[in-house]
Amino acid sequence: MSSHVAHHTAPSHSDHGANPWGGGTSPFKISYGKMMMWFFLLSDAFTFSGLLTAYGYMRHKYDDIWPTAGDVFTHFPFYNGHIELAYVALMTFILIASSVTMVLAVEAGHRMAKKKVQFWLVLTILGGLIFVGSQAWEWYHFIHGTPQGAYLLEDGVTVMRHKVDPQTHVVSEDVFLVPAKDKSGFIEVSGAEAAAMKATATHIHGANLKHNEYGVPLFANFFFFITGFHGFHVFSGVVINFLIFLGVVDGTYQKRGHYEMVEKTGLYWHFVDLVWVFVFTFFYLI
Amino acid sequence: MDVRDDVYEYSLDNHHSEAEGKKIRGLFIKVLLALSLLTIVEVAMGMAWSRDESMRAILKYSFIIMTLVKAAGITWYFMHMGDEKRGFQLSVILPFFILIGYLIFIALTEATYNGTLRPVVENYFGL
Repeated sequence: MSSHVAHHTAPSHSDHGANPWGGGTSPFKISYGKMMMWFFLLSDAFTFSGLLTAYGYMRHKYDDIWPTAGDVFTHFPFYNGHIELAYVALMTFILIASSVTMVLAVEAGHRMAKKKVQFWLVLTILGGLIFVGSQAWEWYHFIHGTPQGAYLLEDGVTVMRHKVDPQTHVVSEDVFLVPAKDKSGFIEVSGAEAAAMKATATHIHGANLKHNEYGVPLFANFFFFITGFHGFHVFSGVVINFLIFLGVVDGTYQKRGHYEMVEKTGLYWHFVDLVWVFVFTFFYLI
Repeated sequence: MDVRDDVYEYSLDNHHSEAEGKKIRGLFIKVLLALSLLTIVEVAMGMAWSRDESMRAILKYSFIIMTLVKAAGITWYFMHMGDEKRGFQLSVILPFFILIGYLIFIALTEATYNGTLRPVVENYFGL
């Protein structure tokens, strides 16, 4: 063990007998805090699994009329055209990168390099803030919707959308898509028929919990709930990382002789990244 | 600062030298590159084939496999699960896969219930 922890008097597991099951030590050679963090993350993983399974179930049941994420999330900051999913991919990369800076902070902690731990933690917090900001930006665009909007028909649930060319993204002025009664897909409506439907319809923009201009409201409900639940995890992660950062600056962990607190908050932070990998696949890609 | 003598500080044995650290950091960069590459491949595949009905199934399953590979990389290297004792690895990973197996079983078998579930869901969510 290196000299900078020599003054420390807390027992380490190597001080104890050779029999790991003889008491006085943990058979898994892991501290209580770290083990409980893992079990907390396991329970959190159960929650997210339940949410994503429910999503997958509904997604599959309404396969024919479910909006394609690629058609909904086409915005990119400072760019007026349409690039499918590029921004979400960038967000994914930012979160993975902030996972790497976190693991570098943990690694620096194992060398008792306080300055390095500080440096990598700051970058991790920044990455987290950028991600939360990006999510807010994406919610903003989803809530405000497209310039042309859509028509919520008289029954209050069916949405009639402008037909959009998937390649050129040109919005048709007079051809509309309406989900078929048997949910087997969409039927094209135009001319007098469309005008009659429009006359009794409400013009809507964007999505909220009641209606969704991109199609079924369930899509919006799941989107807000799952990305919101994950976003709140990211937000809490940023707050916890910041508190741990204050501890690092204060020298608390240097005095303690190890940076296990950074490891524990790191576990949580990696978990947030882990969940996002699944949300990205199931919500945006499939 | 008071030091509790009933708390075993396993982290005191986890310190490593600068030379070892360099090796570990190299590994992290490799994992980062692998994860980024997989994400790029996923998005590229999505852009190319997402509207091609015949590619749907292949696309879906390759996305799921790539996601599991990414998740394993994050858990094993970033969360240092690979460094834990085998018993501990199993005590975290096994319960999770048992639950996932159960969820998939329910989703597949109870989907026949859908005939009565669907009108309820439709009314409730306004579909």
